[in-house]
Amino acid sequence: MTATPDTLPIHSEDDVVRVRHAVRRAAVELGFSLVDQTKLVTAASELARNTLIHGGGGEARVERLDTPRRGLRLVFEDRGPGIPDVERAFQDGFTTGGGLGLGLGGSRRLVNDFSVESTPGVLTRVTATKWK
Amino acid sequence: MTNPDQRILHSLERDPSRFLDVWLGEQAASGTMRRDLISEAELRTQSQAFLSALIAALRSGVPFEGGSNHPAWSGVRAQLEDLSRQRAQRGFSFSEVATFVFSFKQPLFSALRESTDGGTELAEASWEANVLLDRLGLYTIEVYQRSRENIIERQRQEMLELSTPVVKVWDGVVALPLIGTLDSERTQIVMETLLQRIVETGSTIAIIDITGVPTVDTLVAQHLLRTVAAAQLMGADCIISGIRPQIAQTIVHLGIDLSGVTTKANLADAIQIAMERTGMRVERQAPGRTP
Ligand SMILES: Nc1ncnc2c1ncn2[C@@H]1O[C@H](COP(=O)(O)OP(=O)(O)OP(=O)(O)O)[C@@H](O)[C@H]1O
Ligand SMILES: [Mg+2]
Repeated sequence: MTATPDTLPIHSEDDVVRVRHAVRRAAVELGFSLVDQTKLVTAASELARNTLIHGGGGEARVERLDTPRRGLRLVFEDRGPGIPDVERAFQDGFTTGGGLGLGLGGSRRLVNDFSVESTPGVLTRVTATKWK
Repeated sequence: MTNPDQRILHSLERDPSRFLDVWLGEQAASGTMRRDLISEAELRTQSQAFLSALIAALRSGVPFEGGSNHPAWSGVRAQLEDLSRQRAQRGFSFSEVATFVFSFKQPLFSALRESTDGGTELAEASWEANVLLDRLGLYTIEVYQRSRENIIERQRQEMLELSTPVVKVWDGVVALPLIGTLDSERTQIVMETLLQRIVETGSTIAIIDITGVPTVDTLVAQHLLRTVAAAQLMGADCIISGIRPQIAQTIVHLGIDLSGVTTKANLADAIQIAMERTGMRVERQAPGRTP
Protein backbone atom coordinates (compact mmCIF):
# COMPACT_ATOMS: atom_id res chain seq x y z
CA MET A 1 0.00 0.00 0.00
CA THR A 2 1.23 3.43 -0.87
CA ALA A 3 -0.20 6.60 0.58
CA THR A 4 -1.25 9.29 -1.89
CA PRO A 5 1.83 11.24 -2.94
CA ASP A 6 2.40 14.96 -2.51
CA THR A 7 2.68 16.66 -5.88
CA LEU A 8 4.61 19.90 -5.96
CA PRO A 9 5.16 22.29 -8.86
CA ILE A 10 8.70 23.37 -9.72
CA HIS A 11 8.79 26.71 -11.46
CA SER A 12 11.09 28.83 -9.30
CA GLU A 13 13.91 28.67 -6.77
CA ASP A 14 11.27 29.07 -4.06
CA ASP A 15 9.59 25.92 -5.33
CA VAL A 16 12.91 24.09 -5.00
CA VAL A 17 13.02 25.18 -1.36
CA ARG A 18 9.46 23.90 -0.89
CA VAL A 19 10.39 20.53 -2.39
CA ARG A 20 13.30 20.29 0.02
CA HIS A 21 10.99 21.01 2.95
CA ALA A 22 8.40 18.46 1.81
CA VAL A 23 11.08 15.80 1.44
CA ARG A 24 12.58 16.62 4.81
CA ARG A 25 9.14 16.32 6.42
CA ALA A 26 8.38 12.98 4.77
CA ALA A 27 11.82 11.61 5.67
CA VAL A 28 11.37 12.58 9.30
CA GLU A 29 7.89 11.05 9.40
CA LEU A 30 9.20 7.78 8.00
CA GLY A 31 11.86 7.71 10.69
CA PHE A 32 14.95 8.03 8.48
CA SER A 33 18.20 8.72 10.33
CA LEU A 34 19.64 12.21 10.25
CA VAL A 35 22.26 11.16 7.71
CA ASP A 36 19.64 9.61 5.43
CA GLN A 37 17.35 12.62 5.79
CA THR A 38 20.21 14.84 4.70
CA LYS A 39 21.00 12.59 1.76
CA LEU A 40 17.37 12.57 0.61
CA VAL A 41 16.98 16.32 0.96
CA THR A 42 20.22 16.94 -0.91
CA ALA A 43 19.25 14.59 -3.75
CA ALA A 44 15.84 16.28 -3.91
CA SER A 45 17.52 19.67 -4.09
CA GLU A 46 19.73 18.56 -7.00
CA LEU A 47 16.96 16.90 -8.97
CA ALA A 48 14.44 19.68 -8.40
CA ARG A 49 16.98 22.22 -9.58
CA ASN A 50 17.75 20.15 -12.67
CA THR A 51 14.00 20.05 -13.41
CA LEU A 52 13.91 23.83 -13.05
CA ILE A 53 17.14 24.78 -14.84
CA HIS A 54 17.55 22.11 -17.51
CA GLY A 55 13.94 20.95 -17.85
CA GLY A 56 12.44 24.45 -17.82
CA GLY A 57 10.16 23.57 -14.90
CA GLY A 58 7.97 20.61 -14.05
CA GLU A 59 6.81 18.84 -10.92
CA ALA A 60 7.92 16.61 -8.09
CA ARG A 61 6.07 13.76 -6.39
CA VAL A 62 6.99 12.62 -2.92
CA GLU A 63 5.75 9.05 -2.37
CA ARG A 64 5.85 7.21 0.92
CA LEU A 65 6.31 3.49 0.31
CA ASP A 66 5.27 0.55 2.47
CA THR A 67 6.02 -2.38 0.17
CA PRO A 68 8.23 -4.27 -0.28
CA ARG A 69 9.79 -2.15 2.47
CA ARG A 70 9.30 1.24 3.97
CA GLY A 71 10.91 3.92 1.91
CA LEU A 72 10.64 7.25 0.19
CA ARG A 73 10.42 7.69 -3.56
CA LEU A 74 10.97 11.01 -5.30
CA VAL A 75 9.78 11.44 -8.87
CA PHE A 76 10.70 14.48 -10.95
CA GLU A 77 9.04 15.12 -14.29
CA ASP A 78 9.42 17.78 -16.92
CA ARG A 79 8.56 18.25 -20.57
CA GLY A 80 11.68 20.19 -21.45
CA PRO A 81 14.40 19.36 -24.02
CA GLY A 82 15.24 16.03 -22.37
CA ILE A 83 18.56 14.24 -21.85
CA PRO A 84 19.75 12.78 -25.14
CA ASP A 85 22.72 10.89 -23.64
CA VAL A 86 21.88 9.75 -20.13
CA GLU A 87 25.17 7.93 -19.51
CA ARG A 88 27.06 11.09 -20.32
CA ALA A 89 24.81 13.17 -18.06
CA PHE A 90 25.73 10.86 -15.18
CA GLN A 91 29.45 11.48 -15.62
CA ASP A 92 30.93 13.62 -12.89
CA GLY A 93 31.87 16.98 -14.27
CA PHE A 94 29.59 16.81 -17.30
CA THR A 95 27.45 19.91 -17.49
CA THR A 96 25.70 21.88 -20.18
CA GLY A 97 24.82 24.67 -17.80
CA GLY A 98 27.98 25.90 -16.08
CA GLY A 99 27.36 23.87 -12.92
CA LEU A 100 29.79 21.49 -11.29
CA GLY A 101 28.18 18.64 -13.24
CA LEU A 102 27.84 16.55 -10.09
CA GLY A 103 24.11 16.73 -9.36
CA LEU A 104 22.79 13.77 -11.31
CA GLY A 105 25.62 11.31 -10.60
CA GLY A 106 25.83 12.54 -7.00
CA SER A 107 22.11 12.04 -6.40
CA ARG A 108 22.39 8.47 -7.68
CA ARG A 109 25.06 7.84 -5.04
CA LEU A 110 22.88 9.35 -2.30
CA VAL A 111 19.95 6.95 -2.74
CA ASN A 112 19.38 3.20 -3.28
CA ASP A 113 17.47 3.04 -6.55
CA PHE A 114 17.77 5.55 -9.32
CA SER A 115 16.44 5.75 -12.84
CA VAL A 116 16.28 8.27 -15.64
CA GLU A 117 13.80 7.92 -18.48
CA SER A 118 13.98 10.63 -21.07
CA THR A 119 12.31 11.00 -24.42
CA PRO A 120 13.68 14.33 -25.61
CA GLY A 121 10.92 16.83 -26.18
CA VAL A 122 8.29 14.54 -24.69
CA LEU A 123 8.95 13.60 -21.07
CA THR A 124 11.89 13.37 -18.72
CA ARG A 125 11.34 11.42 -15.52
CA VAL A 126 13.95 10.98 -12.83
CA THR A 127 13.08 8.59 -10.01
CA ALA A 128 15.09 8.25 -6.81
CA THR A 129 14.19 5.84 -4.00
CA LYS A 130 15.71 5.34 -0.59
CA TRP A 131 14.72 2.37 1.59
CA LYS A 132 14.71 2.38 5.33
CA MET B 1 -16.11 77.19 -24.39
CA THR B 2 -14.63 74.80 -26.96
CA ASN B 3 -11.53 73.42 -25.27
CA PRO B 4 -12.67 70.13 -23.67
CA ASP B 5 -11.28 70.07 -20.13
CA GLN B 6 -12.03 73.78 -19.82
CA ARG B 7 -15.55 72.95 -18.69
CA ILE B 8 -14.06 71.00 -15.80
CA LEU B 9 -11.77 73.93 -15.01
CA HIS B 10 -14.64 76.35 -15.13
CA SER B 11 -16.77 74.31 -12.74
CA LEU B 12 -13.89 74.03 -10.26
CA GLU B 13 -12.94 77.67 -10.43
CA ARG B 14 -16.39 78.90 -9.56
CA ASP B 15 -16.02 78.18 -5.86
CA PRO B 16 -12.91 76.13 -5.02
CA SER B 17 -13.31 76.34 -1.26
CA ARG B 18 -16.89 75.09 -1.32
CA PHE B 19 -15.83 72.35 -3.72
CA LEU B 20 -13.06 71.35 -1.31
CA ASP B 21 -15.56 70.99 1.54
CA VAL B 22 -17.90 68.83 -0.51
CA TRP B 23 -15.02 66.64 -1.64
CA LEU B 24 -13.69 66.25 1.91
CA GLY B 25 -17.19 65.27 2.99
CA GLU B 26 -17.28 62.69 0.22
CA GLN B 27 -13.93 61.23 1.30
CA ALA B 28 -15.00 61.12 4.94
CA ALA B 29 -18.20 59.28 4.01
CA SER B 30 -16.53 56.80 1.70
CA GLY B 31 -16.10 54.00 4.22
CA THR B 32 -12.50 53.54 3.14
CA MET B 33 -11.42 56.61 5.08
CA ARG B 34 -8.66 55.73 7.53
CA ARG B 35 -8.99 58.21 10.38
CA ASP B 36 -6.61 56.03 12.34
CA LEU B 37 -3.86 56.57 9.77
CA ILE B 38 -4.40 60.17 8.68
CA SER B 39 -5.68 63.24 10.48
CA GLU B 40 -8.45 65.44 9.16
CA ALA B 41 -6.12 68.44 9.02
CA GLU B 42 -3.58 66.51 6.99
CA LEU B 43 -6.22 65.27 4.59
CA ARG B 44 -7.49 68.82 4.15
CA THR B 45 -4.00 70.09 3.35
CA GLN B 46 -3.42 67.30 0.84
CA SER B 47 -6.79 67.77 -0.81
CA GLN B 48 -6.31 71.53 -0.97
CA ALA B 49 -2.89 71.15 -2.57
CA PHE B 50 -4.19 68.65 -5.11
CA LEU B 51 -7.13 70.86 -6.04
CA SER B 52 -4.88 73.89 -6.58
CA ALA B 53 -2.45 71.83 -8.65
CA LEU B 54 -5.30 70.42 -10.73
CA ILE B 55 -6.73 73.85 -11.43
CA ALA B 56 -3.30 75.13 -12.45
CA ALA B 57 -2.77 72.15 -14.76
CA LEU B 58 -6.20 72.55 -16.38
CA ARG B 59 -5.46 76.22 -17.02
CA SER B 60 -2.57 75.17 -19.26
CA GLY B 61 -5.03 73.50 -21.64
CA VAL B 62 -2.73 70.46 -21.99
CA PRO B 63 -4.60 67.15 -21.64
CA PHE B 64 -3.40 64.66 -19.03
CA GLU B 65 -1.94 61.43 -20.35
CA GLY B 66 -0.94 58.80 -17.81
CA GLY B 67 2.48 58.09 -19.26
CA SER B 68 3.48 61.60 -20.31
CA ASN B 69 5.74 63.85 -18.31
CA HIS B 70 4.33 67.14 -19.56
CA PRO B 71 5.50 69.91 -17.19
CA ALA B 72 1.99 71.37 -17.08
CA TRP B 73 0.94 68.34 -15.01
CA SER B 74 4.06 68.00 -12.91
CA GLY B 75 2.37 69.63 -9.92
CA VAL B 76 -0.52 67.17 -10.01
CA ARG B 77 1.80 64.24 -10.49
CA ALA B 78 3.98 65.35 -7.59
CA GLN B 79 0.92 65.63 -5.33
CA LEU B 80 -0.31 62.17 -6.25
CA GLU B 81 3.16 60.67 -5.91
CA ASP B 82 3.68 62.12 -2.43
CA LEU B 83 0.27 60.95 -1.40
CA SER B 84 0.67 57.42 -2.77
CA ARG B 85 4.12 57.01 -1.31
CA GLN B 86 3.04 58.28 2.08
CA ARG B 87 -0.04 56.08 2.12
CA ALA B 88 1.93 53.03 1.00
CA GLN B 89 4.31 53.60 3.91
CA ARG B 90 1.49 54.00 6.38
CA GLY B 91 -0.13 50.79 5.25
CA PHE B 92 -3.17 52.04 3.33
CA SER B 93 -4.77 49.46 1.04
CA PHE B 94 -5.29 49.86 -2.71
CA SER B 95 -8.87 51.05 -2.43
CA GLU B 96 -8.10 53.36 0.45
CA VAL B 97 -5.56 55.11 -1.77
CA ALA B 98 -7.74 55.15 -4.87
CA THR B 99 -10.61 56.71 -2.91
CA PHE B 100 -8.72 59.98 -2.86
CA VAL B 101 -9.14 60.41 -6.61
CA PHE B 102 -12.39 58.54 -7.16
CA SER B 103 -14.23 60.43 -4.44
CA PHE B 104 -13.55 63.49 -6.57
CA LYS B 105 -16.09 62.31 -9.15
CA GLN B 106 -19.33 62.94 -7.34
CA PRO B 107 -18.56 66.54 -6.35
CA LEU B 108 -17.20 67.25 -9.82
CA PHE B 109 -20.33 65.94 -11.52
CA SER B 110 -22.45 68.12 -9.25
CA ALA B 111 -20.31 71.13 -10.01
CA LEU B 112 -20.56 70.42 -13.75
CA ARG B 113 -24.31 70.18 -13.49
CA GLU B 114 -24.36 73.64 -11.94
CA SER B 115 -21.92 75.20 -14.38
CA THR B 116 -23.34 73.82 -17.66
CA ASP B 117 -26.74 74.13 -19.31
CA GLY B 118 -27.34 70.40 -18.93
CA GLY B 119 -28.12 68.26 -21.97
CA THR B 120 -25.37 67.45 -24.43
CA GLU B 121 -22.90 69.82 -22.88
CA LEU B 122 -23.27 68.19 -19.47
CA ALA B 123 -23.02 64.71 -20.99
CA GLU B 124 -19.82 65.62 -22.81
CA ALA B 125 -18.31 67.33 -19.81
CA SER B 126 -19.15 64.37 -17.57
CA TRP B 127 -17.50 62.02 -19.99
CA GLU B 128 -14.36 64.15 -20.03
CA ALA B 129 -14.37 64.28 -16.26
CA ASN B 130 -14.67 60.52 -16.13
CA VAL B 131 -11.75 59.98 -18.48
CA LEU B 132 -9.56 62.46 -16.62
CA LEU B 133 -10.29 61.05 -13.17
CA ASP B 134 -9.84 57.46 -14.29
CA ARG B 135 -6.42 58.36 -15.63
CA LEU B 136 -5.47 60.19 -12.47
CA GLY B 137 -6.77 57.24 -10.44
CA LEU B 138 -4.73 54.74 -12.42
CA TYR B 139 -1.67 56.90 -12.10
CA THR B 140 -2.14 57.00 -8.33
CA ILE B 141 -2.49 53.22 -8.13
CA GLU B 142 0.60 52.77 -10.25
CA VAL B 143 2.71 54.97 -8.01
CA TYR B 144 1.27 53.28 -4.95
CA GLN B 145 2.12 49.86 -6.36
CA ARG B 146 5.66 50.96 -7.17
CA SER B 147 6.11 52.39 -3.68
CA ARG B 148 4.91 49.14 -2.17
CA GLU B 149 7.36 47.17 -4.27
CA ASN B 150 10.16 49.50 -3.27
CA ILE B 151 9.32 49.03 0.38
CA ILE B 152 9.26 45.25 0.06
CA GLU B 153 12.48 45.24 -1.93
CA ARG B 154 14.18 47.46 0.63
CA GLN B 155 13.07 45.25 3.51
CA ARG B 156 14.27 42.19 1.66
CA GLN B 157 17.65 43.80 1.05
CA GLU B 158 17.88 44.78 4.70
CA MET B 159 17.11 41.21 5.71
CA LEU B 160 19.73 39.88 3.35
CA GLU B 161 22.32 42.21 4.81
CA LEU B 162 21.21 41.56 8.36
CA SER B 163 21.64 37.88 7.81
CA THR B 164 25.27 38.18 6.75
CA PRO B 165 27.20 39.70 9.64
CA VAL B 166 30.95 39.52 9.23
CA VAL B 167 32.58 39.68 12.65
CA LYS B 168 36.16 40.45 13.45
CA VAL B 169 37.40 37.65 15.66
CA TRP B 170 40.92 38.82 16.18
CA ASP B 171 43.45 41.01 14.43
CA GLY B 172 43.63 39.68 10.92
CA VAL B 173 40.81 37.17 11.35
CA VAL B 174 37.20 37.66 10.32
CA ALA B 175 34.35 35.15 10.62
CA LEU B 176 31.11 34.85 8.73
CA PRO B 177 28.45 32.64 10.30
CA LEU B 178 26.05 31.67 7.54
CA ILE B 179 22.48 30.86 8.46
CA GLY B 180 19.83 29.60 6.08
CA THR B 181 19.74 28.86 2.40
CA LEU B 182 22.57 30.11 0.25
CA ASP B 183 20.98 31.05 -3.06
CA SER B 184 22.66 32.96 -5.86
CA GLU B 185 21.53 36.38 -4.72
CA ARG B 186 22.48 35.83 -1.12
CA THR B 187 25.88 34.51 -2.18
CA GLN B 188 26.49 37.70 -4.07
CA ILE B 189 25.84 39.77 -0.94
CA VAL B 190 27.77 37.40 1.29
CA MET B 191 30.73 37.62 -1.04
CA GLU B 192 30.63 41.40 -1.28
CA THR B 193 30.25 41.86 2.48
CA LEU B 194 33.03 39.43 3.22
CA LEU B 195 35.47 40.92 0.72
CA GLN B 196 34.75 44.41 1.97
CA ARG B 197 35.37 43.42 5.60
CA ILE B 198 38.56 41.61 4.62
CA VAL B 199 39.85 44.83 3.12
CA GLU B 200 38.60 47.05 5.98
CA THR B 201 40.17 44.91 8.67
CA GLY B 202 43.24 43.93 6.68
CA SER B 203 42.49 40.31 7.46
CA THR B 204 44.52 37.41 6.14
CA ILE B 205 42.13 34.71 7.32
CA ALA B 206 38.39 34.41 6.82
CA ILE B 207 36.33 31.74 8.53
CA ILE B 208 33.06 30.79 6.87
CA ASP B 209 30.90 28.87 9.30
CA ILE B 210 28.14 26.78 7.73
CA THR B 211 26.65 25.27 10.89
CA GLY B 212 23.41 27.09 10.09
CA VAL B 213 23.18 26.05 6.43
CA PRO B 214 20.64 23.20 6.28
CA THR B 215 21.55 21.73 2.90
CA VAL B 216 24.86 21.76 1.08
CA ASP B 217 24.18 20.72 -2.50
CA THR B 218 26.28 21.31 -5.60
CA LEU B 219 24.97 24.85 -6.03
CA VAL B 220 25.76 25.87 -2.46
CA ALA B 221 29.16 24.19 -2.80
CA GLN B 222 29.84 26.10 -5.99
CA HIS B 223 28.88 29.36 -4.28
CA LEU B 224 31.14 28.56 -1.33
CA LEU B 225 34.05 27.70 -3.59
CA ARG B 226 33.61 30.95 -5.51
CA THR B 227 33.58 32.94 -2.30
CA VAL B 228 36.74 31.18 -1.17
CA ALA B 229 38.42 31.90 -4.51
CA ALA B 230 37.45 35.58 -4.35
CA ALA B 231 38.77 35.91 -0.79
CA GLN B 232 42.02 34.31 -1.88
CA LEU B 233 42.38 36.92 -4.58
CA MET B 234 42.09 39.56 -1.86
CA GLY B 235 44.92 37.87 -0.03
CA ALA B 236 42.89 36.06 2.61
CA ASP B 237 42.83 32.31 3.19
CA CYS B 238 39.49 30.75 3.99
CA ILE B 239 38.57 28.13 6.52
CA ILE B 240 35.17 26.50 6.22
CA SER B 241 33.88 25.39 9.60
CA GLY B 242 30.69 23.86 10.93
CA ILE B 243 30.71 20.86 8.62
CA ARG B 244 28.39 18.49 10.47
CA PRO B 245 28.91 14.73 10.00
CA GLN B 246 25.82 14.27 7.84
CA ILE B 247 26.89 17.17 5.62
CA ALA B 248 30.40 15.73 5.32
CA GLN B 249 28.94 12.44 4.09
CA THR B 250 26.68 14.11 1.57
CA ILE B 251 29.51 16.22 0.22
CA VAL B 252 31.60 13.11 -0.30
CA HIS B 253 28.79 11.24 -2.07
CA LEU B 254 28.11 14.18 -4.31
CA GLY B 255 31.78 14.19 -5.24
CA ILE B 256 32.40 17.80 -4.29
CA ASP B 257 36.11 18.51 -4.00
CA LEU B 258 36.93 20.64 -0.99
CA SER B 259 40.54 19.47 -0.87
CA GLY B 260 41.83 22.93 -1.69
CA VAL B 261 40.11 24.45 1.33
CA THR B 262 40.85 24.04 5.03
CA THR B 263 37.76 22.60 6.71
CA LYS B 264 36.95 22.16 10.37
CA ALA B 265 34.09 20.52 12.21
CA ASN B 266 33.40 23.52 14.42
CA LEU B 267 34.05 27.19 14.76
CA ALA B 268 36.29 26.81 17.83
CA ASP B 269 38.72 24.60 15.91
CA ALA B 270 38.70 27.05 13.03
CA ILE B 271 39.50 29.95 15.34
CA GLN B 272 42.35 28.01 16.91
CA ILE B 273 43.87 27.27 13.48
CA ALA B 274 43.45 30.90 12.53
CA MET B 275 45.22 32.08 15.68
CA GLU B 276 48.08 29.70 15.11
CA ARG B 277 48.49 30.82 11.55
CA THR B 278 48.60 34.45 12.59
CA GLY B 279 51.28 33.63 15.15
CA MET B 280 49.11 33.52 18.27
CA ARG B 281 48.89 30.81 20.85
CA VAL B 282 46.09 30.20 23.27
CA GLU B 283 46.98 28.31 26.39
CA ARG B 284 45.36 27.57 29.67
CA GLN B 285 46.99 29.19 32.65
CA ALA B 286 48.64 26.76 35.01
CA PRO B 287 46.52 26.31 38.13
CA GLY B 288 47.49 28.41 41.11
CA ARG B 289 49.31 31.02 39.07
CA THR B 290 47.77 34.44 39.02
CA PRO B 291 48.96 37.17 36.71
N1 LIG C 1 15.70 17.42 -16.30
C1 LIG C 1 16.69 17.56 -17.22
N2 LIG C 1 16.39 17.95 -18.49
C2 LIG C 1 17.38 18.11 -19.40
N3 LIG C 1 18.68 17.93 -19.14
C3 LIG C 1 19.05 17.54 -17.92
C4 LIG C 1 18.08 17.36 -16.88
N4 LIG C 1 18.75 16.98 -15.77
C5 LIG C 1 20.05 16.94 -16.09
N5 LIG C 1 20.25 17.28 -17.38
C6 LIG C 1 21.54 17.32 -18.10
O1 LIG C 1 22.50 16.60 -17.39
C7 LIG C 1 23.62 17.40 -17.11
C8 LIG C 1 24.27 16.97 -15.82
O2 LIG C 1 23.38 17.23 -14.74
P1 LIG C 1 24.00 17.46 -13.30
O3 LIG C 1 22.90 17.74 -12.35
O4 LIG C 1 24.89 16.32 -12.99
O5 LIG C 1 24.93 18.75 -13.50
P2 LIG C 1 24.52 20.27 -13.58
O6 LIG C 1 23.09 20.46 -13.23
O7 LIG C 1 24.92 20.79 -14.91
O8 LIG C 1 25.43 20.94 -12.48
P3 LIG C 1 25.30 20.74 -10.89
O9 LIG C 1 26.54 20.07 -10.45
O10 LIG C 1 25.18 22.11 -10.32
O11 LIG C 1 24.08 19.92 -10.64
C9 LIG C 1 23.11 18.82 -17.12
O12 LIG C 1 24.10 19.77 -17.37
C10 LIG C 1 22.07 18.74 -18.24
O13 LIG C 1 22.66 18.84 -19.50
MG1 LIG D 1 22.27 19.68 -11.51
